[in-house]
Amino acid sequence: MATLGVPHRQKKAGSKTTKAIILVGGPSRGTRFRPLSLDVPKPLFDVAGHPIIEHCFRAVTKVAEIKEVFLVGYYDESVFRDFIKDCSHNFPSVSVKYLREYQALGTAGGLYHFRDAIMKGQPDRIFVLNADVCCSFPLGQMLQLFEEKNAEAVILGTRVQQDAARNFGCIVTDAHTKRVLHYVEKPETYISNLINCGVYLFDTDCIFPAIRSAIKRRTERPRLFSYPSSENLDSYQSFADDEDGEKTEVIRLEQDIMSDLADSRQFFVLETKDFWRQIKTAGSAVPANALYLTKAFQTQSEELAKPSAVILPPVFIHPSATVDPTAKLGPNVSIGPRAHIGPGVRIKESIVLEDVDVKHDACILYSIIGWGSKVGAWARVEGTPVPISSHHTDILKGGVKVQSITILGKECGVADEVRVSNCVCLPYKELKRDVSNEVIM
Amino acid sequence: MKALILVGGFGTRLRPLTLTLPKPLVEFANKPMILHQIQALAAAGVTDIVLAVNYRPEIMTAALKKYEKEYNVRIEFSVETEPLGTAGPLKLAEKILGKDDAPFFVLNSDVICDYPFQELAEFHKAHGEEGTIVVTKVEEPSKYGVVVHKPGHTSRIDRFVEKPIEFVGNRINAGIYILNPSVLKRIDLRPTSIEQETFPAIVKDGQLHSFDLEGFWMDVGQPKDFLAGTCLYLSSLSKKGSKLLTPNSESFVHNGNVLIDPTAKIGKNCKIGPNVTIGPNVVVGDGVRLQRCVLLAGVKVKDHAWVKSTIVGWNSTIGRWARLENVSVLGDDVTIGDEIYCNGASILPHKSIKANVDSPSIIM
Repeated sequence: MATLGVPHRQKKAGSKTTKAIILVGGPSRGTRFRPLSLDVPKPLFDVAGHPIIEHCFRAVTKVAEIKEVFLVGYYDESVFRDFIKDCSHNFPSVSVKYLREYQALGTAGGLYHFRDAIMKGQPDRIFVLNADVCCSFPLGQMLQLFEEKNAEAVILGTRVQQDAARNFGCIVTDAHTKRVLHYVEKPETYISNLINCGVYLFDTDCIFPAIRSAIKRRTERPRLFSYPSSENLDSYQSFADDEDGEKTEVIRLEQDIMSDLADSRQFFVLETKDFWRQIKTAGSAVPANALYLTKAFQTQSEELAKPSAVILPPVFIHPSATVDPTAKLGPNVSIGPRAHIGPGVRIKESIVLEDVDVKHDACILYSIIGWGSKVGAWARVEGTPVPISSHHTDILKGGVKVQSITILGKECGVADEVRVSNCVCLPYKELKRDVSNEVIM
Repeated sequence: MKALILVGGFGTRLRPLTLTLPKPLVEFANKPMILHQIQALAAAGVTDIVLAVNYRPEIMTAALKKYEKEYNVRIEFSVETEPLGTAGPLKLAEKILGKDDAPFFVLNSDVICDYPFQELAEFHKAHGEEGTIVVTKVEEPSKYGVVVHKPGHTSRIDRFVEKPIEFVGNRINAGIYILNPSVLKRIDLRPTSIEQETFPAIVKDGQLHSFDLEGFWMDVGQPKDFLAGTCLYLSSLSKKGSKLLTPNSESFVHNGNVLIDPTAKIGKNCKIGPNVTIGPNVVVGDGVRLQRCVLLAGVKVKDHAWVKSTIVGWNSTIGRWARLENVSVLGDDVTIGDEIYCNGASILPHKSIKANVDSPSIIM
């Protein structure tokens, strides 16, 4: 009886097929994630106990109808091999493939380049997720809105503080219909405080023709589009320097596609009130870690350490790590595999990676401790808390811009009793004296 | 014998400690500063002590009453109604200092050293002239007034050179003197300086000698020097093999020079030293690291804290994993929160610190 009442549109939706694409970028894009990206590709960096990209992937697997996921980027093939193996093992019903661009094609260019692989089996819709986004990925809600509105495209949006909005793609909507009326990437003036979260759902009949016409425009008037800014200078040059312009289309969703969709398509925004943060700089891994841990805590994840007098939740401790019972951890702390945390240690708002050794009575606050690093007894490694609403990871200290989060690269050493504050320390450095507000080469 | 201690004003340079206690009562190495001097004077046979002050706090009167009994000395306040400099107070106390022909000692209350009063008196008697000033050797004489002797003479002073640019000698006025009562005739009852006016006059008559101080010397009138003086004092105790120091055989003692009041409690797995004084009723938690610091009475240092080059005022509390350094000075009853960092923080009494103090500053 009930099935008879289901409206035609929804029934049709149920039979529709959806795939997901996670944009992972490439080694030349992750420079702001240094010094951590010197040793691990950014998408594979662990926050809240899992690679950044795994948080995206897990969100995708929650959408039952998605059976196929593509990672698109220009890292070497081998980079994601183990990750994909793990995914296939843990989620046998989902196929995961890596599509490697041999040159940076831009976010839309990459999609278009692999259109045959993506379109195999004629999917109706594709999700596109930027891997460097930390959020709750409300993909189910996006699908629902997509169907409600009979949309051709849905973008995930969030509100930020007015002065921060200009650093993002800004969306102007019809408040009532949620339709996108106007889109500008990083405008010079204030347009809207509703910004692009980097998560999209497209009708395949909409997105590929939209990219195709952008490419066509580009080929006809190459230099007028894709103007250089500090953000896209690398890709711009590789395009401009190449004589064979038609084959090296650098087309980006944000700069080249969104504005057109707003003009001509059934383009809607799902505004999320949940957390959202970009993972651009290495320091931004600390707020991302906090947000994902909080989410895990709220959903009563079994992975997290049990709260106690010395565990202030949320805290993730890898099963192979050893933590002395007198150490006090949390909130928002992740301890990596085989890390050793000594007696009387204090760790708060920090990420401690694999094989780190923290000696007794040390104190680690607002920091990332790189793989295999050693922190001495009574040492203090410290960053500065930034306001929860801030999307920046640098702060002003004595009139000088410094990193709010202290980061030790791979296999660094901090001697006993030494204090390191607001520093970024490149791999394999021994810190034997107090340092603050410095980048240590 | 008689002595005059130049105490002077409110001790503003030693704030925030002197907002709670007058400077002479602030404990240096677990003993009020003035008591170091009273004990040394009493041991040298001094029976009359004058404190030259320009204010007289009640709390000092009570403390000194106690010392009078304990050390069998008479202590009198000589209160200036206007500041009289370093010589004027001598004239003001003429009645006591000049009551007999015996010479009297004069000392600045900020000076900490092995007071050589006995030897000084003997030396003074031996040369038989009007005055003797104690001098100490310094590495950088250009910052001080240097004493220059008569040619071919080891003690008779020829002249003083203020902040010499060229090397003329390395002995400076240590702020401790023994003078004959005849010197009082040279001083008028007005603001005058003993260093600038009285001594040059005596030198002119060839009546002033110097006496070399053995061992350490420090003017501890401000926090940085208070800490440096504590180190020198503790090193001196250590050299003498003093039983007051906690023996190095104690597991938590690191590099010695640690003075702990018997009523203080020390937790497990601490590392304390060198150069630490811990006052009465102090409680130190587990895994605490202390070096080059002074904990006054009633201080509580919680587990895993790290304290260096800091004076912790009475009854203050230092939170767990807090880190204090670079001449931080905590007044009475200050609370430092857990995990807080203080770099050169000067914190007034009864304050509670909940955010890092990243660079030297005064917390009102």
